[in-house]
Amino acid sequence: MGDDLNGPEYQVPEELRSHITITTLDRIYNWGRRSSVWPMMFGLACCAIEMICVAASRYDFSRFGMEVMRPSPRQSDLMIVSGTVTKKMIPQIVRLYNQMPEPKYVLAMGACASGGGPFKEGYNVVSGVDKFIPVDVYVPGCPPTPQALLNGLIKLQEKIDTQSIRTVRWYKREASEPIPIPILGPDLIDPRDIPILDAKRASVVKPDVPENS
Amino acid sequence: MTLEEYTDRFTGMLNFDERKGYEGYIVHSERLVEFARTIRDELGYDYLSSVTGVDYLPDEQIEVVYHAYRSQGGPGLVFKVQVPRINPIVPSLVSIFPGADFQEREAWDLLGIRFEGHPNLRRILMWEGFHGHPLRKDWEEPYFEESEKPFNSRWPEGKAFRIEENKPFKKNVQYPPEFTPDGWIPEADTALYSGMVRLGAKDAGNGRSLETDQILVNLGPQHPSTHGVFRMVVSLDGEEIADLQPVLGYLHRNHEKIGERNTYLMNMPFTDRLDYLASMGNNFGYALAVEKLMGITPPERAEYIRVMMAELTRIVSHLFSIGTLLNDLGAFFTPMLYALTERELILDIFEAVSGSRMMCNYFRFGGVARDLPEGILEKVYELVTERLPRKVDELDTYLTDNEIVRTRSIGIGVLPREQAIEYSAAGPVLRASGVGYDVRRAESYSIYDRFDFDVAIRHNGDVYDRYLVRLEEIRQSLRILQQVVRDIPDGEFQTGKPQYQVRVPPGESYGRVENPKGELGFYIVSNGKPNPWRYHIRSPSFINLTAFGEMCKGHKIADVVAILGSIDIVLGEVDR
Ligand code: SF4
Repeated sequence: MGDDLNGPEYQVPEELRSHITITTLDRIYNWGRRSSVWPMMFGLACCAIEMICVAASRYDFSRFGMEVMRPSPRQSDLMIVSGTVTKKMIPQIVRLYNQMPEPKYVLAMGACASGGGPFKEGYNVVSGVDKFIPVDVYVPGCPPTPQALLNGLIKLQEKIDTQSIRTVRWYKREASEPIPIPILGPDLIDPRDIPILDAKRASVVKPDVPENS
Repeated sequence: MTLEEYTDRFTGMLNFDERKGYEGYIVHSERLVEFARTIRDELGYDYLSSVTGVDYLPDEQIEVVYHAYRSQGGPGLVFKVQVPRINPIVPSLVSIFPGADFQEREAWDLLGIRFEGHPNLRRILMWEGFHGHPLRKDWEEPYFEESEKPFNSRWPEGKAFRIEENKPFKKNVQYPPEFTPDGWIPEADTALYSGMVRLGAKDAGNGRSLETDQILVNLGPQHPSTHGVFRMVVSLDGEEIADLQPVLGYLHRNHEKIGERNTYLMNMPFTDRLDYLASMGNNFGYALAVEKLMGITPPERAEYIRVMMAELTRIVSHLFSIGTLLNDLGAFFTPMLYALTERELILDIFEAVSGSRMMCNYFRFGGVARDLPEGILEKVYELVTERLPRKVDELDTYLTDNEIVRTRSIGIGVLPREQAIEYSAAGPVLRASGVGYDVRRAESYSIYDRFDFDVAIRHNGDVYDRYLVRLEEIRQSLRILQQVVRDIPDGEFQTGKPQYQVRVPPGESYGRVENPKGELGFYIVSNGKPNPWRYHIRSPSFINLTAFGEMCKGHKIADVVAILGSIDIVLGEVDR
């Protein structure tokens, strides 16, 4: 551990090197987080099967400290969105995301979660989970191979390494805003769009013909 | 009973379907229920495999298509009802074939066909309150570009173009013009909850009744036991389950709508994503349905390759299912690891053959995409004669006599023989209830009639028997595979030249295969154009869930998890 952590150029006396390491707060903090990312146990579609394979013995992501998959969002750090996000499911996904404690990360696994994938034009499909929740890492593929997912997880670790306690949003004074939960109307309604929807309606002058069904 | 006697009894109400390329009968909707009862009771067509609707927009007609079979085996009977497109009403067959329940709800949801007499006609895949019935031919999705692929709009003047760029909000949504979000109250699950059965007051034994509260528990859509995004609403009386309603559609990816815009070949990779644990099996069913319409058969070598892939897929899927069942019984992940290790070996073969581990997209109309690479046959041979039989025995030793497995699964989730047939259950669920119905034998397709294998069958219909049936099926698949590797001939792997655009003459066809989860059917209507007019999937996982509520009644919550695991659903196929 010593080598990854030893940060500032402080000379630690030879005889103490195996006991003492001098580092920065950011480094030790990031090192702790990146080595024990707990993903949420939550699969959406086909990609989830490859995620299970990554958890199994051949690919084994416990090598990265990620084997503790938590079925509860309250205990997880990482949401792997593994599959097609549908309109019927997105309210739950946003809710789960809101329930995760910070620091939290999102990895969009596969073409569907990243942008709709093969089902993009479907009437019940959300074309990319990033329309609703912020995504940290995108992993392409349909499904991404286990190696690709592992690479995505390593990329996430690299991202964590670059963060600093001073700038991350979860140490700001004010609490983070939860993301408004989408509503199932005649079609999916994003509450953030309602003002635009209203404005648009106001600008459209109603024709005189009263009914048109 | 012969055809004449039939038509006599239903004079004027029953006609032979005379359109070119079509088969079966057209029944007048007034006599439909009576007709269904007749064929069930007098002719032995006791298994209603598939119910679906077709929107014949040019004729201003909606047609409901039924496929019935005999549970003893043999060819099927197709009958149809035609009603006008505006406000179509068809009598419900749930009272005669309870297996029609979910399928009729689906037809109501997606095509707007009202089934009179259905006990619970609510939307099933979309949510209550969604506007329109998406599979109607004149219904356009928000990202609508053109009605048929390939789209010209994707590459106008040599520039890439994304459909969302000229959509409001840059999102995949559309609202009816009169819609205002302010007054909108989302139709929560009130209707669903109020429809749940209560056990009511119980007699406390002293003449006075004991009022107990009903508790509603929601499991899912995010729940580790549901194998994906599946939700069940359970009504509890104390610890006991009074009622259970599955709530579906969280993974409804619109296979059928997209499939009707696609060309025939474009649908092949989409079938991979139905039951994503058994992609080659899905390919098989779709290829058979289209080949039936085209009137072609693949060459010998391709047939052998197909059977080989389908059987390897069955092993993969059953291994996975046994692993997850044990997860559900509480042996978290260890048995799964054993199962997945073997699965990986087969996935390597798939990858070598097709280029992909899971989404193989390997079958083509009239053959397969490419020949087997060198050395694969030897690998398969080694696997199916050495390694896998040994590993299956190992699983057997670890699990079958395990005390916990036995106590948790024997006598749990019993589905009696008659009910299994009534509810149109399929695959291992049906065979564990004592019905030896396997499409590979009942209506043999491809070259299955050449192989020597037994249909696995058990008689108690509980969780344990379903597990045993799956284990036995792995062994039988190994037996078939040994014969395939021994007999596979050299030669072509594709009839004619491979084509991007196949010519499919007008007509209808129903191709079905015995997939690991049960009978997988594809109902295709062609009007001679490059795209199917109707593309419907009879999905075994979806229909097996019809009986799920019944199986759970009287058990405890922990058993629900085990019962669901034993049905072995894959959400990609349930919701499509
Ligand atoms: S990206 Fe492909 S494999 Fe992944 S969920 Fe979407 S369709 Fe399935």
